[in-house]
Amino acid sequence: MLQKIKMPERDPKIRKKDFKQVNSGYSQEEMLKEAIRCLQCKNPMCRSGCPVEINIPSFIKFLARNKPGKAVEVLKQKNNLPVVCGRVCPQENQCEKFCILSKKGESICIGNLERYAADFAAENPDDNITIKKNGIKIVVVGSGPAGLTCGGDLLKMGYDVTIYESLHDSGGVLRYGIPEFRLPKEVLDTEINSLKKLGMKIVLNTLVGRTKTVRDLFSEGYKAVFVAVGAGLPVFPRVPGENLNRIYCANEFLVRVNLMHSYDFPAYDTPVYKGKNVVVVGGGNTAMDSARTAVRLGAESVKLIYRRTENEMPARKEERLHAKEEGVEFIILTNPVKFVGDETKFVKSVECVKMELGESDDSGRRRSHKVEGSNYTIETDMVILALGVHPNPILPSLTEGLNTDSQGYLVIDNNYMTSIPGIFAGGDIVGGNTVIEAMGMGKKAAKAMAEYIHLIKCSL
Amino acid sequence: MYKIVSKQEVGLKVQSYEIYAPEIAKNAKAGQFIIFRIDDKGERVPLTIVSTNPQEGLVRIIFQETGKSTEHLASLCKGDCIRDFVGPLGHPTEIKKYGTVIAVAGGVGVAEVLPVIKVLRKVGNKIITVVGARSKDLIILENELRQESDLLLFATNDGTYGVRGFVTDVLRDIISKEKSDMMYVIGPVSMMQAVAELTREKRIHTLVSLNPIMLDGTGMCGACRVTIDGKMKFACVDGPEFNGHSVNWEELVSRLALFKDLEKISVNKFKNEQEHKCYRK
Repeated sequence: MLQKIKMPERDPKIRKKDFKQVNSGYSQEEMLKEAIRCLQCKNPMCRSGCPVEINIPSFIKFLARNKPGKAVEVLKQKNNLPVVCGRVCPQENQCEKFCILSKKGESICIGNLERYAADFAAENPDDNITIKKNGIKIVVVGSGPAGLTCGGDLLKMGYDVTIYESLHDSGGVLRYGIPEFRLPKEVLDTEINSLKKLGMKIVLNTLVGRTKTVRDLFSEGYKAVFVAVGAGLPVFPRVPGENLNRIYCANEFLVRVNLMHSYDFPAYDTPVYKGKNVVVVGGGNTAMDSARTAVRLGAESVKLIYRRTENEMPARKEERLHAKEEGVEFIILTNPVKFVGDETKFVKSVECVKMELGESDDSGRRRSHKVEGSNYTIETDMVILALGVHPNPILPSLTEGLNTDSQGYLVIDNNYMTSIPGIFAGGDIVGGNTVIEAMGMGKKAAKAMAEYIHLIKCSL
Repeated sequence: MYKIVSKQEVGLKVQSYEIYAPEIAKNAKAGQFIIFRIDDKGERVPLTIVSTNPQEGLVRIIFQETGKSTEHLASLCKGDCIRDFVGPLGHPTEIKKYGTVIAVAGGVGVAEVLPVIKVLRKVGNKIITVVGARSKDLIILENELRQESDLLLFATNDGTYGVRGFVTDVLRDIISKEKSDMMYVIGPVSMMQAVAELTREKRIHTLVSLNPIMLDGTGMCGACRVTIDGKMKFACVDGPEFNGHSVNWEELVSRLALFKDLEKISVNKFKNEQEHKCYRK
């Protein structure tokens, strides 16, 4: 059996000093070598592992014949933003996990191939797409992965789509959350611009709920609304000292660096503290992004504290590996119990406790318990908390009749419709974890919205 | 882009701008704020909405030149545009009839107290406004305040106008003579804290409008977290107004000092650049 072709990566010693992309992408030769390894299964398991059910063997077949343009057509049937997914999807837990070759540890590198095809298409845009417009206005709230996907699909069906975004730039978490070295903003801009070229309107600086209400949107003639406002309110550990200075939420740290370009302060106005001995708390992709960003801002040491072991970390394997290569030190089975500050309330140390693993919880992950009396201290001058986020409460709380569950997620039916007819929702605001899940929801919601509009038109 | 439709200097290094932003003008209520960003390299800065003109689509903001972004904003002219202007953000002030409301403002907080007393007076409250400043020449918007107040009093540190001393000196006197049903305070943190300490003893309901460091202003980043009654709140979405007796002031003061050193770098860089440019009035 042929071995898989690894994604070429930049040398950790060099890449940790800049924000340029870590994975440099397959050459044509590498792509061909990898694509021909695909067995083209009659009953492809990989497809069942993909949240948007991309016809994976089909796109790989086109690549194997060196037809990346055709491959992208297949990808785009199911995925509007393949340049993003080829980079940030957790393929090892999805498509690649189900690849028949994974049993021998040599599953096809589907993500790498997706990226090759998508990058080719971005560099060679197909401007021949013609859309038959139907003139029906639809609005999407939030320009993150769910919103862009849903809006993009509706646009291609002929609808007149406007996306409202509260921040001063589009892309949602793809812009403010995922760092440049994983997803270059240029790549994101290419995708968003291609949607704009097709007629997508993106209105920035509009916080729906406050700047205008959802009811206002209906009276402006929009026939349906897709709410994809994403995550908000970061989770805190609720331990003493968590409001000391230089204890950042990952959201704040990443928004400063990614959206506001504070790594380039004072050329850009927004400052960020560049920690010397940084402690990151958490084990997800956001924790890895934060730790690796801190490395790039010049930290002498970055310690990542996680209460379970590396096996339980939600972060992708590749991200964990990259973080370690770049010098991030993993301190597992450890949890912060207290942050200690100096006399001016700047953090100077973290008091930690050792943890041990117990029985599995409902999600199958093992619970962790404190080891009494195992407390010890880590010196630090900057802490980044990456413990997850709650759903964004602004729009739900300001829209009468929009039902949420006990955790604040919008309640939707099987057709992605909320408790208010005509208002649909998807992405982190209804509970999803990954970019691809959000995109999957956006895609299904777009279909449901089109059906809904067809129904109300027929009943008139 | 958002156009500066009018510009007026209302005090020493204090500017009043009207910005064309019709949707905000239509929906803004007293107590809410906007976030502006001047250009592609700018930071996001929150400012209280002073008033709106929904017919003409205008939002009025008043700011003091205290840092890089406000100095930069002040260097712009009528007709210029700023890149971003988002709002209205935060909860509006709860408007109801309390009886006698004492509004306390310090520094540029005077501009921020105006919209609140205006609507509170409209629903039948008696408004006593107390303004604190270092000196008479730093007092702004006196005429506008007088129009919206039943009684207007001043305290200056140097005694050049009104009582010599602090707003608390004036307040002690008022609350000993008159029943006060609500106190609304906006200004420097030290002033808000001092007033809250005073009214705590007298059990006067006291609202303060907090101004912690903010970033997105939509409850996403946690930069503006404050501790209220021992619980974490985000000033941008839970506030900006809170019960003054519940605020952890010490923490707010220390968190405001977070970027002091870096702010200086930014201001100096801007000043250097400005020296090489023609300063337009």
